[in-house]
Amino acid sequence: MPKITYVAADAGERTVDVPVGTSVMRGAVSNGVPGIVAQCGGNAQCATCHVYVDPERYGGLPPMSEHEDAMLDTTACPRRETSRLSCQLKADADFEGLTVTTPERQR
Amino acid sequence: MTQRAKGPVVIVGAGIAGQQVALGLREKGFDGAVALVGEEPGAPYERPPLTKAYLRGDIGPGELEPRPAELYGRERIDLVRARAERIDRAGRAVVLDDGRRLPYDRLVLATGARNRPLRAPGSDLEGVFSLRTRREADALREALEEAGSIVVAGAGFIGLEFAASASAYGHKATIVESRARPLGRAVSAHTAAHFTSLHERHGAGFVFGEEVRALHGDRAGRVREAELTDGTRLPADLVLAAVGAAPDTRLAEGAGLPVDDGVAVDARLGTRDPRVLAVGDCAAVAPASGGGPRVRLESVQNALDQAEYAAERLARPDAGEDLPPYERLPWFWSDQYGSSLQIAGLAAGHDRAVLVGDGDEAFSVLLYRNGALAAVESVNRPAEHMAARHLLAAGRGPSPEQAAAPGFSLRAFARAAA
Ligand SMILES: Cc1cc2nc3c(=O)[nH]c(=O)nc-3n(C[C@H](O)[C@H](O)[C@H](O)COP(=O)(O)OP(=O)(O)OC[C@H]3O[C@@H](n4cnc5c(N)ncnc54)[C@H](O)[C@@H]3O)c2cc1C
Ligand code: FES
Repeated sequence: MPKITYVAADAGERTVDVPVGTSVMRGAVSNGVPGIVAQCGGNAQCATCHVYVDPERYGGLPPMSEHEDAMLDTTACPRRETSRLSCQLKADADFEGLTVTTPERQR
Repeated sequence: MTQRAKGPVVIVGAGIAGQQVALGLREKGFDGAVALVGEEPGAPYERPPLTKAYLRGDIGPGELEPRPAELYGRERIDLVRARAERIDRAGRAVVLDDGRRLPYDRLVLATGARNRPLRAPGSDLEGVFSLRTRREADALREALEEAGSIVVAGAGFIGLEFAASASAYGHKATIVESRARPLGRAVSAHTAAHFTSLHERHGAGFVFGEEVRALHGDRAGRVREAELTDGTRLPADLVLAAVGAAPDTRLAEGAGLPVDDGVAVDARLGTRDPRVLAVGDCAAVAPASGGGPRVRLESVQNALDQAEYAAERLARPDAGEDLPPYERLPWFWSDQYGSSLQIAGLAAGHDRAVLVGDGDEAFSVLLYRNGALAAVESVNRPAEHMAARHLLAAGRGPSPEQAAAPGFSLRAFARAAA
């Protein structure tokens, strides 16, 4: 199972095993990792699962849909080059060791 | 002396509204006892995927839970799996079906809604389903594997989403709707037409202006046919009754609390009893700005925002008597065949609609009431939806004339207004 590290804006950090096929959002939520609200439950509708991906790894992630791209324009904290909606990132073997940072606010 | 409610706080109904009240209390620093009473088995879960990804088998049961089951224990939230039978207001306790009494200092009703039954003879035949709970979705997943012909009674969101997901199993459902178009008063005519043709293109059929009058079964008690009000008989071995939901107000009524298509609450979500609040699908809320009818909504946004407000109130000194009224912009989404509908604001009662965008596949409809922007529906236009949310929340929508001007862009307008 890929290990994913979640870094909170206020510095706390958690590493959890996320099963292949499970989203980075779900990995956080079902392990009680704070910083991801996921109000719409993973439907790319709420943009409250915003994360900043480790820049080194950003390019290797599955591409984003137009829908995700548009939703990212409206996050509570500013969008950056490495912004993704964590509910749209389904873990596969390539996610091993991925680090994502959660923004200060999601709403 | 001013002090916080010390608890115990009892919350009845462990849906997403109830769980968010409980966890919200902890997030806001409430330290007293919290009990969350739910009659459904397992941990609280989300309903939207039940007609969508979960029904199609794209996600498993674990992915329905917004929080891990262990979290409740860790946060000292007592998850009580029982049915609350009645409220003893004089004794300040909730009486459970197993005879236990849960004393409360404050009580939050988050009992949600129940599906309306299909009032047609034969509704109790095998093969006739309703869809609100995880258990019902599980039964439907199994039935969809076997089904031959499907009839859906009701073209609301649940009926339409179900029909769309059934097509992933190779089924072409027939949707029977008593009105002339789907989705009733929840959306504009343009958006209703988009979803009608989307379904038709995917092979689903509609019968408008009729209702399912009776269901007929075989000797084994399995449904075989649906009979409509015009006498037509449609073959059916799977029938979904999706004719709307009604708020669950039984506890409130039993306790003598006012009910008005929902548990009647004021603009700060309080019932007439200062110790009792109501949130989510079960609550009919008086408008923050004085006059007008109460509003009751069935949406995730509404459940979560009201739950958070209630938690804030209860975690404050004097139980938040000083908190400004609840006022949040409603928003909603639906997904059918990968076509995404997002609604900001409330469409009901609009008197003017302005279509923005060219296509039938991606557009926004701006809905006005008395000249003021009341709601925006966006189909496959997520950025416009988010722009609309900002504009509606700030009360700065474009006039209908501005919106109707050639080349109008909601995003550009929102950027300029920001
Ligand atoms: C199939 C389906 C799809 C949906 N899709 C969407 C969508 O795409 N987008 C959206 O925004 N909304 C959607 N909704 C609506 C949304 O799910 C509801 O608005 C939301 O679940 C309301 O939450 P709630 O906690 O107020 O009520 P509920 O979810 O109804 O939960 C109330 C709970 O309280 C329990 N209860 C009631 N009385 C008692 C009692 N006396 N004792 C113990 N327990 C009790 C009930 O059993 C239930 O578990 C959908 C709803 C359904 C059914
Ligand atoms: S959980 Fe809502 S957008 Fe990801």
